[in-house]
Amino acid sequence: MQIQTGKEKNVVVVSVKGKIDAVTAPDLEKALANLIAEGENNFLLELSGLEYISSAGLRSILATAKQLKPKGGNIAFSGLRGPVKDVFAISGFGTIFKIFETKEDALK
Amino acid sequence: MAIPATITLPATLDSLYESMNFVSFHAREQGFSNERISEIELALEEVLVNIFNYAYKDSGLEGNVEITCTLADAQSFVIEITDSGVPFNILTVREPDVTAEIDKRPIGGLGVFFVKRLMDEVHYRREAEKNILTLTVRKTELES
Repeated sequence: MQIQTGKEKNVVVVSVKGKIDAVTAPDLEKALANLIAEGENNFLLELSGLEYISSAGLRSILATAKQLKPKGGNIAFSGLRGPVKDVFAISGFGTIFKIFETKEDALK
Repeated sequence: MAIPATITLPATLDSLYESMNFVSFHAREQGFSNERISEIELALEEVLVNIFNYAYKDSGLEGNVEITCTLADAQSFVIEITDSGVPFNILTVREPDVTAEIDKRPIGGLGVFFVKRLMDEVHYRREAEKNILTLTVRKTELES
């Protein structure tokens, strides 16, 4: 898993590539928690380079979303494809979170 | 390497990738699509993580997990996962409400839900002090 972070239009864009599984999910959660600790609270997870996500990854996302909620923060997603899109659909994450086709759509 | 084939690994997270590679290699040999292999990998991860945590770690136990890939018949690829941890039936884990809002969503429970949704059959049995879970993946016309 590779994580790349940048800021565009006041949104922290976190691009995640590779696999978010039980081994790598804690690293993603830590990276997001560090950004929240720095005061960031508006996130876009750009997942067009993500090939795989398991429930461990969804758990990290949910934990992050729960941290953000009382701070009035937000987390949205873009670029979901293949198995990642399916997992979001089966789990209901596709309806509880804001999902955009592309990063450009999300930042409009 | 033809099936049936078996691999035995320590029941810890360090074994995850080797287990997944072993099973996806055999699934690919059986002609499954990349998409179906990805679903098999996901189901396997969810099963293994549950075993590592609930059959072993939470009880302070250490041991192995044994994975066998075999064919029940020409159309049915079977993954049998055996451990010697505490009795743990993954099928009794409560399913999450997948329509609940963020605040009301419990953290966890989704893994088992994925296994049941993605595999064609899931069976559990306790035999000779071992947990034995079988996942069956059926070949479609295209794959057989």
